[in-house]
Amino acid sequence: MIATHLPVLLILAPLLGAVLAALSRNGFAAWLIALVASALTATFSLALLWRVQAEGVISYRLGGWAPELGIEYRIDAVNAFIVVLIGIVAFLTMIFARRSVLAPERIAWFYTMMLLCVAGLLGISVTGDAFNAFVFLEISSLSTYTLIALGRDRRALVAAYQYLIVGTIGATFYVIGVGLLYLITGTLNLGLIVERLGAIESSRALIVAEAFIVVGIGLKLALFPLHAWLPNAYAYAPSSAAVLLASTATKVAIYLLARFLFTVFGGHVDVGQVPLGSILIGLSLAAMFIPSAAAVFQNDIKRVLAFSSLGQIGYITLGLALANPTGLTGGLLHLFNHALMKGAAFMAIGAIVLRTGTAKLDELSGIGRTMPWTAGALTVAGLALIGVPGTSGFVSKYYLILGSMEAGLGWLAILIVASSLIAVLYVGRIVEVIWFREPALAAREASEAPGELLLPMLILAGVTIYFGLDAEWPAGLASAAAQALLGVAR
Amino acid sequence: MNGLALNDAMLLGWALALPALATLAILRLDRWPNIREAVTLIASVLLFAVVMALTTRVLAGARPELHLASVAPGLTLALKIDPLGMLFAAVAATLWIVNSLYSIGYMRGNEEPRQTIFYACFAIAIFATMGLAFSGNLFTLFVFYEILSLSTYPLVTHKQTPAAMRAGRVYLLTLIGASMVLLLPAIVWTGLVAGTLDFRTGGILSGKLGDGALALLFALFVFGAAKAAVMPLHRWLPAAMVAPTPVSALLHAVAVVKAGVFTILKIAVSVFGIETLQTSGASEWLVYVAGFTIIAASVVALHADDLKRRLAYSTIGQLSYIVLAAALASPVAVIGAALHIAAHAVSKITLFFAAGSVYTAEHVTKISQMDGIGRRMPWTMGAFAIGALSMIGLPPTAGFLGKWFILDAATGAANWFAVSVIVVSTVLNAAYFLPILTRAFLRPANGPRQEAPLPMVIALTVTAAGTVLLFIFPSVPFRLASMIVGG
Repeated sequence: MIATHLPVLLILAPLLGAVLAALSRNGFAAWLIALVASALTATFSLALLWRVQAEGVISYRLGGWAPELGIEYRIDAVNAFIVVLIGIVAFLTMIFARRSVLAPERIAWFYTMMLLCVAGLLGISVTGDAFNAFVFLEISSLSTYTLIALGRDRRALVAAYQYLIVGTIGATFYVIGVGLLYLITGTLNLGLIVERLGAIESSRALIVAEAFIVVGIGLKLALFPLHAWLPNAYAYAPSSAAVLLASTATKVAIYLLARFLFTVFGGHVDVGQVPLGSILIGLSLAAMFIPSAAAVFQNDIKRVLAFSSLGQIGYITLGLALANPTGLTGGLLHLFNHALMKGAAFMAIGAIVLRTGTAKLDELSGIGRTMPWTAGALTVAGLALIGVPGTSGFVSKYYLILGSMEAGLGWLAILIVASSLIAVLYVGRIVEVIWFREPALAAREASEAPGELLLPMLILAGVTIYFGLDAEWPAGLASAAAQALLGVAR
Repeated sequence: MNGLALNDAMLLGWALALPALATLAILRLDRWPNIREAVTLIASVLLFAVVMALTTRVLAGARPELHLASVAPGLTLALKIDPLGMLFAAVAATLWIVNSLYSIGYMRGNEEPRQTIFYACFAIAIFATMGLAFSGNLFTLFVFYEILSLSTYPLVTHKQTPAAMRAGRVYLLTLIGASMVLLLPAIVWTGLVAGTLDFRTGGILSGKLGDGALALLFALFVFGAAKAAVMPLHRWLPAAMVAPTPVSALLHAVAVVKAGVFTILKIAVSVFGIETLQTSGASEWLVYVAGFTIIAASVVALHADDLKRRLAYSTIGQLSYIVLAAALASPVAVIGAALHIAAHAVSKITLFFAAGSVYTAEHVTKISQMDGIGRRMPWTMGAFAIGALSMIGLPPTAGFLGKWFILDAATGAANWFAVSVIVVSTVLNAAYFLPILTRAFLRPANGPRQEAPLPMVIALTVTAAGTVLLFIFPSVPFRLASMIVGG
């Protein structure tokens, strides 16, 4: 019984949790609800993955209605992988979020929004319906705007507004694209769209639809040069919201992009003539170099990490652009690994902000002496961002390099290595200041982060190392997902 | 036969597990220092036994392997013993025993704080050294190389004074920075070109790259392995002299710098292959860089009044002998280099032990303060004299062996630049070591006879004896060294 309804239970747990958290009005109770709801979500996501691995693709009809009329949730190796990532990261983030520094009357709302955001992200991942994806996209986006605006700094409001405008444009573009697809095919179900596209003669509308959808999702995933909203949003959002956003939000958008690029448009000849692959390689390379270089010159560590995220997104989209099994595995694996390492990094800086009240690098000299575990987690995450062997970041970049060679693009492999050297600079700068400088005032007065912050942070840092030495599990998932995506149209 | 293979792999596993387990035990024994030190000593003796057992197997022709983890296709964490790694591991494991003995005397004699973390980091460094020596591919080597850098950082900054922290900064930023920016890209490049990262006798790069590209790649490796302290990436080594003397011994003799030259030698032999290096001329430029390093370091050492600083620059010069040999890329040169790793290790540890012993007994750090100290500390300075002779390369000390082979290789290749470098540097070595001896033994003493604590004296006597014994009985290192080049 439960097993058959797993796809919808996955969404219902955070959705109902959000309602309960909103009703509770009590900070601690709301946190407890959020924790339980996200624990359930994580369990369901793992169970779902297990079922998909055992039985293959799962098609779930919402309310029992058949696809043409009703909404279908369709879970295969690709989104099962994404769903597990969201489920686990969301759970760890909720543990971490216990110490959110917010006005008491806002705390319950904060957890409500966190849960809504998780529900929206999961919804985008599991649904097999283009318009339903838009609805969930809006749920996650609206809650994200609220979350960012809850930041302590007044600049959070500007950041939220900025993202609101851009996010709305993105969602609108997406829905225009979906509308065009509906005009062409007469259906919103992705599977049926794919079937009917096969019968369509060359159609300019299809190319326009693709353009709208790619640009729309590109805005949500902060694809260079559509990224300007992201650094402020990450820097000024409350710490735990930043963890959730950095590790999951852009990742889900990337998943949606991959779904459309490979499953929907991949099989159609005409669209193939648009050199989207080359364009995407160019944009990915620009992301790997330009925002990464900007990260070197930031003083706020959260902004360093945000700009670094833009660069790391470039590696993931590069994997999509390579579109061969190894390269795509690398991209998806990097999506997974980056979520974990960036989660650890944002947790670490969140803990530092909690203890010192600042994220400014020049005020955090020597913080490693008073907060060694936190600084250690930040360092491990930083090493993974560079792609040092022994950390997960190396493994995914290694796959990307192999994928580039397979595609006959040796120069890409060189550029991947070269761009990693930029990460050496921005990570090296942080490491140098937090460990090797004489402790400044902030560091002298700080003490190690409390246990509920350390636990999820160290778990994420630990798996970042573990998956750097034994990558069989995540690489297996990523490679199954890549094969499912490349298995041409269903 | 099958049972033997399993046994070899298990031994190999124990070589890594012993120091790792020792680390865990040491961390739990903070409140019982005597048991804690006993753990260190027992672990070092057991490790020595394991490594000796492995050595006999390797001499008998076995090449034990151990697969640790599959990271990605073509990317494994794997160990495989070859004669060069065996030699390095044997040197490190042997010296860990004496170094531990000496550490106990030094740390207690000087009432150093934070001893638990000191012994724990030391054990991690030995763990990393074993992994490095036995690594079966470049990926594994890199991982252990970095663990070694990280684990020795707390040792270098042990005193936690501003000077120590500054030194630690230079230390870590140079070593990690160079490995990230130069060594790692070189490894990736190698993997892409060769299609494998495994070490193989004869190399994996022959015919895969043009001569110019080979030379560039070799340069990335040589400077990326900044632990070898080839100029201009040498400054971290004198800076690290602020650390306690047992740490200096670890850096200069047991593990760190040896890891650097070992990496370069291993890459020359098992990644490039000496024939490929020879025919392509990819290492010719390095003869000049290493030669310059040898001479320049000797000149700096000549002017250093601080004893440990003089020893540090002496190390930089001696390391470049090994690098020079790798650059000459002939079988004789490789034998010389391998022997010099062992010889320099045992001699330099003697010199540092003696320096630390003088410091512990008299708190003397400057050569100008050492008048007559040989009369007051005859054991210490006697050992120092043997170490110094070995540095100069005089028989009957171990330093003669390696130098002889390297000189032989240089004349064999008719590389007169290398020959003159060796000759000039020998003169310079004599010029900066002999005055210390004349000052210590010929000038009048200004105090009573007073040796350092007994464990320290025992340790330095043992290593001094080892320096002589290695000259008289060089058969095990020599056989291992010959096996590297297929002899």
